[in-house]
Amino acid sequence: MSYIAKPKVSWAGQERNSLGLTLADYEGGLSTLCAGCGHDSITAALVKAFWELALKPEQVIKLSGIGCSSKTPAYFLSGSHGFNSVHGRMPSVATGAQAARRDLIAVGISGDGDSLSIGFGQFAHAVRRNLNVLYIIENNGVYGLTKGQFSASADPGSRAKKGAENRNQAIDPVAVAITLGGSFAARSFSGDKTQLVPLIKAGLMHPGCAVIDVVSPCVTFNDHEGSTKSYAWTRQHLHAAVEADYVPPSTEIEVDYAEGENTDVRLHDGSKIRLKKVDPDYDPSNRARALDFLEAHRARAEVVTGLLYIDEELPTFHDIAGTAKQPLTRFEFEDLSPGADALAEFQKGLR
Amino acid sequence: MPQPAKINDFVLKIATVNGTGSASANGLLMKALFRMGIPVTGKNMFPSNIQGLPTWYEIRASRDGYNARTGRVDVMIAMNAQTYARDLAEVSHGGYLVYDSTWPRDGQLKRDNVTVLGIPLARMVNENFEGSRVRTLMKNIAYVGALCALMEIDRDIVRTLLEETFAAKPKLVEPNFKAVTLGYEYAREHFDCPISARAEKMDATAGKILIEGNAAAALGCLYAGATVGAWYPITPSTSLMDAFQGFCEKYRKDPDTGENRFCIIQAEDELAAAGMVVGAGWAGARAFTPTSGPGISLMSEFIGFAYYTEIPAVFFDIQRVGPSTGMPTRTQQCDLMLAAYASHGDTRHPVLLPADPKECFEMAVVAFDLAERLQTPVFVLSDLDIGMNDWMVDELQWDDAWRPDRGKVLTDEDLAGMQVYHRFRDFDGDGIPYRTLPGSDRKGSYFVRGSGHNQYGGYTEDADEYQQVVDRLKLKWETARGLVPSAVERKAAGRTDIGLIAFGSSHGATVEALDRLAEQGVAVDYLRLRAFPFGEEVEAFLDAHRTVFVLEQNRDAQMRSLLMAELDADPQKLVSILHYNGLPVPSDMIVERIGDYIEQEAVA
Ligand SMILES: Cc1ncc(C[n+]2csc(CCOP(=O)(O)OP(=O)(O)O)c2C)c(N)n1
Ligand code: SF4
Ligand SMILES: [Mg+2]
Repeated sequence: MSYIAKPKVSWAGQERNSLGLTLADYEGGLSTLCAGCGHDSITAALVKAFWELALKPEQVIKLSGIGCSSKTPAYFLSGSHGFNSVHGRMPSVATGAQAARRDLIAVGISGDGDSLSIGFGQFAHAVRRNLNVLYIIENNGVYGLTKGQFSASADPGSRAKKGAENRNQAIDPVAVAITLGGSFAARSFSGDKTQLVPLIKAGLMHPGCAVIDVVSPCVTFNDHEGSTKSYAWTRQHLHAAVEADYVPPSTEIEVDYAEGENTDVRLHDGSKIRLKKVDPDYDPSNRARALDFLEAHRARAEVVTGLLYIDEELPTFHDIAGTAKQPLTRFEFEDLSPGADALAEFQKGLR
Repeated sequence: MPQPAKINDFVLKIATVNGTGSASANGLLMKALFRMGIPVTGKNMFPSNIQGLPTWYEIRASRDGYNARTGRVDVMIAMNAQTYARDLAEVSHGGYLVYDSTWPRDGQLKRDNVTVLGIPLARMVNENFEGSRVRTLMKNIAYVGALCALMEIDRDIVRTLLEETFAAKPKLVEPNFKAVTLGYEYAREHFDCPISARAEKMDATAGKILIEGNAAAALGCLYAGATVGAWYPITPSTSLMDAFQGFCEKYRKDPDTGENRFCIIQAEDELAAAGMVVGAGWAGARAFTPTSGPGISLMSEFIGFAYYTEIPAVFFDIQRVGPSTGMPTRTQQCDLMLAAYASHGDTRHPVLLPADPKECFEMAVVAFDLAERLQTPVFVLSDLDIGMNDWMVDELQWDDAWRPDRGKVLTDEDLAGMQVYHRFRDFDGDGIPYRTLPGSDRKGSYFVRGSGHNQYGGYTEDADEYQQVVDRLKLKWETARGLVPSAVERKAAGRTDIGLIAFGSSHGATVEALDRLAEQGVAVDYLRLRAFPFGEEVEAFLDAHRTVFVLEQNRDAQMRSLLMAELDADPQKLVSILHYNGLPVPSDMIVERIGDYIEQEAVA
């Protein structure tokens, strides 16, 4: 059902990006998620971010695990190759694909069940390898697809639709990513497109593993009173720490923030992430402080959003592996096989 | 008592303690015999331990070129006091036991028909060398010297080998050779040299090499053009990736930039290793993972996924003893069923069955071609015996004209000429659809999904659409039957209605057993399986014989079951010969089993 082609309507006057493509060119199949599902808003933000960055769809690969959230790669960028893998294992597939084709931009979509329970190990290792991937966790505190069981991100004290209370501790993927030595950890809310779109763009341009935890209410199983991942609760408890703006290479945007409140992070391609600190003493380059900050706000039942930690200098997966710049699939066979003479030579040592 | 000489036909077994560095001494002995032109095989029987437990190394010299274990031990080098009793008991009548008599055990080490030779190895070494590590190592080299005297192993060759080994540290040659000489001279002075089991120069190793299967398989991956390898360490597969890494460092570095034309990933577990291989295969790289049974268990979900989504991937299963952790350093052929049908649902996978390191090399190459041609996971089922032991095989050959078969992959030009692209349509009637690779033109984009899909690549829950795809996969399986390496038949000299089926590391023992049976007048035709699915030749062989022995190294007769399940073979005619104690199958056991069966049949 996640394959319903969406008619691509184009009309005169529709805005085009620098590739001459319209927003519709970045859409995918028609969503089959519940009306109002937070995941669909994230899909819309992704479409917008890719369109604004004017990335060619065929430059992108989109991967996911299993869950309602993991269905969403079918709903954007129909011109990109997509990979709906098995539950919790998106990171490993993305790792293999990146090993083969480092020139492609990988976006991985996962859920809180997918990444924080069954796939917690793979999530952790993608982060610590600093794999070149934008890693979005569409976090609703429940297993949507299997009908509303608590996930590992459910807050202690939050209630399921049928009233049961979760008493286990919650895993915060942002804190985990920072602790694991991640190079980019952010949080946003599916209903906050103004914050989410620039974060996605920044994440896409970040050379290593960019984790964005997006609180994404499940209207069917987790949008009631007593849930801490509902629209109402999240809106009330949002606390934006650092807003990020993505500045493409060579286009200087006007500085409209007060001096001292902005930090520019320059990316490998010359583009920049401009950080506006809503909390003046917030320092997104300091791991310990970032964790402190997260913890202080968690204690006050606040959902901190924004780009919470970034380290551009951390070596990425391919830096560490020493992989050739040219994608491995592009080497001619002659450049890979040592040939008969080398084999004969080598075997002289086996006698 | 005088014994008939056993020239170039003996088993030499070395009993030591794990972690005492005996491997280099044993390798030295192997190679010295090999360079004397004598066919040799070495089998390492080591514990799952880093230091302290008993370990054995068995060298068989066979002028006839047999490489299997036999039930014999002609000369035992007993270097481990803990196992003296069992080591002595294992020596064959007329055999010898050499031990370190620095601590004499004249009372304990006594057996009729076995000559016990005490050499004060520790004392001699301690008098001549300093440092405990050096002394331990030199003790090993000293027994090599003693054997040079006792068995007439060429000392000049040993010296040359030492010079080659220490080419980078020539200072080590003299002390090592001194240790050789200590052992040599002591033996010459105190015993009647040579003993009955001894070596004599011959010319049966020209064009041969000594290599372990894992290194050969790694070479196969290198030559096949594999660029991505993902793995999680597990005995006995680890040396495959170690070897691949070594070869890549040597042959796959960009000469100018030093960049890697490969990417090896040590995964967090086998699930991830499988996912990485599948991801890389999807993206168009030749990718593989080496593992063993426990790893395949963990990888199963991804294996079924790759089967259903039709993604090439190569899995090396270097089998070890199961179930569960089992005996990690012992050998078996126990993952046959696991590999053949890995994963839930109706899944089946081509499985290649190399019989020795040479075939590990060749079949690794074939596996990548098959995986891409068939767009499916392919297994290479080796085992610890092949993978980690040194085998003498014909020199590996490579044809520079060879090019990989990438199968049905559409290029952007192909796509430009097409109205529309559909991932799973069968245009050629062989059950194999056309694939596109990520990064190709937008027109070729599709969505890989392990959920129900139709021939267009779309999600489906429609009964007919679902079934059409799985039926086509069945058709693809029929295509695979004609593409995998076919079984090899070795006919008996005379006509016979008795057949034997074996595969993998049982081959050497089988050939030797059948030769011996032939000498006794028992004629048996032999079919060596080289792959699953079975080709027509397997069916024909079953039809042509009244009784077919099925020799395999597992308890539950997995190959026999496969033959029954896949070919409807008559259970009455399939007689199992099973060997599953973790040691490589010995040829004697096969001779006995077949002999007994035929005798009983004659009585009945
Ligand atoms: C190996 C395996 N176990 C269980 C499932 C069943 N399952 C499907 S989705 C899911 C949970 C998904 O939760 P989440 O990742 O949070 O996604 P959501 O649906 O909430 O977006 C589970 C348990 C499965 N597909 N595979
Ligand atoms: S069940 Fe919840 S998560 Fe799944 S589609 Fe519906 S609203 Fe979204
Ligand atoms: Mg969820």
